[in-house]
Amino acid sequence: MNETRTTAAPGRREVVATASTSLEARRRALKARRLRRGWAALGLVVPAAFFYVLFVLRPLVLTVQYSFYDWNGVGASTFVGAENYTRLVEKPELLASIVNALELIIYFSFVPVILGLLTAATIRKFAASRLAMVSRTVLFLPQVIPLVAAGIMWTWMLATDGVVNELMRAVGLGSITRAWLGDTSTALGAVGVIGAWVALGLCLLLLLSGMTKIDPALFEAARIDGAGAIREFFAITLPSVRQEIGVCVTVTVIAALAAFDIVYISTQGGPANSTLVPGLEIYYLGFFSREVGQASALAVVFMALVLAVVLPIQRLTKEED
Amino acid sequence: MSRSTGRSRNVAAASSVFLASILALTACSAPGSTTDDDATPDAAAPTAAGDWTCGEDDVTIDAYLETGFPLSAALFEEFEKQYPNVTFDVREDQFAVITQNAPRVLADNPPDLMRLPQMSDLVGDGLLYNLDEAAAHFGWDEWPASQLAQMRVDEEGRRGNGPLYAMGKNYSMTGVFYNTELAAQIGMTEAPKTLAELDEWMQKAKDAGITPSNQFNGGATGGLAFPLQLLMASYGSVDPINDWTFQKPGARIDTESNIKAAEHLKKWIDAGYFADDINSLDYSQMMGQFIEGKSLFTFNGDWESGNLDTQMAGKVGFFLMPPLEEGGKVGAMSAPLTFGISSKAANPECAAFFFDWIATNDDARTLAVEIGGSHPMGPADAFMPEVDADSVTGQTLSAGATIAEDNGAMEFIANATGAIYAKSWTPNLQKLVAGEQTAEGLLTAVQADYENDVNG
Repeated sequence: MNETRTTAAPGRREVVATASTSLEARRRALKARRLRRGWAALGLVVPAAFFYVLFVLRPLVLTVQYSFYDWNGVGASTFVGAENYTRLVEKPELLASIVNALELIIYFSFVPVILGLLTAATIRKFAASRLAMVSRTVLFLPQVIPLVAAGIMWTWMLATDGVVNELMRAVGLGSITRAWLGDTSTALGAVGVIGAWVALGLCLLLLLSGMTKIDPALFEAARIDGAGAIREFFAITLPSVRQEIGVCVTVTVIAALAAFDIVYISTQGGPANSTLVPGLEIYYLGFFSREVGQASALAVVFMALVLAVVLPIQRLTKEED
Repeated sequence: MSRSTGRSRNVAAASSVFLASILALTACSAPGSTTDDDATPDAAAPTAAGDWTCGEDDVTIDAYLETGFPLSAALFEEFEKQYPNVTFDVREDQFAVITQNAPRVLADNPPDLMRLPQMSDLVGDGLLYNLDEAAAHFGWDEWPASQLAQMRVDEEGRRGNGPLYAMGKNYSMTGVFYNTELAAQIGMTEAPKTLAELDEWMQKAKDAGITPSNQFNGGATGGLAFPLQLLMASYGSVDPINDWTFQKPGARIDTESNIKAAEHLKKWIDAGYFADDINSLDYSQMMGQFIEGKSLFTFNGDWESGNLDTQMAGKVGFFLMPPLEEGGKVGAMSAPLTFGISSKAANPECAAFFFDWIATNDDARTLAVEIGGSHPMGPADAFMPEVDADSVTGQTLSAGATIAEDNGAMEFIANATGAIYAKSWTPNLQKLVAGEQTAEGLLTAVQADYENDVNG
């Protein structure tokens, strides 16, 4: 494509004419041009690559390196081989934190994706109306609120005298009110609700944009065949937005596994470690216990875990393309 | 197609060389070795004036402080007025942030004055200025020894003895604040004299529909450690507790008397003397609720005295945790509000002079009492401003004298190691509230974590 265009360019005629007499010269000219373009491309890529290497790859490599040392972050370090990794297995709270992160996937990922699907399918029906625009804006709003602010806001709402408990009392559910973030049996679920609330907007918008691309003729055909709303949803809507679902699930699963902000703001891992997640544990190990090596080992294992969960989702989406 | 593959091969090869060279640069030496070389406790930076003063030339003191305490700003202002050549360049953060950042800040951006968290680790890494010479010069060694003991660290990293590595702005003390209006409602007109009396008042408050205590215990800061440690002092001696926090070899927290104290706390929890939601309450929520009159007692420290005298004037009282038997010895968590100087600081002598000024200057001591609400550091017979004896500040100051007489000062058990508060006391105290931990189990678990921290 490029070659055709350049051969046709008036300024290149002479080159082309010469090239027709000497194949070798033509090859050389092409090579020189490719090289010039290569350097130009490299010039564009290098600044970004530099920052990527400096702030992504370098810390990644250093984390792997630190994981083999016993180091407090300031003083001298001692090489300890794989000891930091073997010690991870001996820590029961670490296993519990991974289980918590997996449980958060239900709240951070499954709930917003399912609710997003249902809401998007409903909004799609009156997509052009003002109500749809208002609903979209309201539901997307949590996405633009900083997670820290969302965490603080929900901490107030979930307190014993917060709006959630007040509403429950108003509808006669006073007997089940409690400090949702302060009860070991409900704290993780309460944190999950905050995460679901934040993620719903993104999923809704992604799925809605996917749904608007569906050919209306399909729905008409289905209706003529006698399909109801539910049949229409499962037979047309759902298969058509598989890719969007894949993106939603990937993004939200990573958010669940890497959860830090919401948990730190609302519970700091408490009460009694019931909301401790690996991200928080890495932070505690690195900054409070000052076991940088141990924290790095956990970070490396955790990265592997995230990849192990996310890569199959990616592959699944690809196969469906 | 084949050409473009060749080209991408070239680019890929160039990129690989580029990446590999940068990655290789990052991973060639063991972490931390360079920092360690130039950070030794004795390697003090060139001094500002060479005579333990701030000199005549302009000096800027780089200060890194905990946010939310107005005393520091007041002291800086007064000092700048008295020594116009000195200016304070202040940076403030929350205490948790300072705790996390302390080693790196001291090493990379050395402040002349810094609020310190648990400090033995910092001394071990050679990050703090040795104040022995300053102590000798200013005569700090002649002050009551207990004032400085907690800021001494020996070669083994244990506190209590050895060179002086920090100074206090004042020393604070904990006990029990109570709302006098709510107390009057249940007939409590004076402070309880025994622990059994305190139990009775708690029960009476509960029966009257008043929350006996709304002690904070949420997040990573288990505030039940306050009443627990005070109960430990009621049930036993404070010395073994101090041995434990100072990491003396063989010291244990799961002693017989401490187990009884933990059982007493558990009894309070089971009796419903604490607010239902204490596992989600943080410190500021607790203070807000206490000031609003939502609970009778709060286990807290005299750093709130000035604040309570302003916000609850005439409606608040203070007493030390009562002993088991009337007239018995009392104890309190009492520690200096610790500040240190980076071993690489630019003006260590001026900073040390400032420490001495806080403890010896009459205006500074007045600020320490009136704004800080706590007892100033310094000689036992030093100037003390007049304080209304009925104010909470007056009550906490006289309680401080009782603690001094009984030799009942204890370092906070949460400061035994850098991680013990967030990672052991807090989750275990929260489990105690949730009914997932026993009194004895709490102390056994903390002891195990402590040994892991100290030996690990």
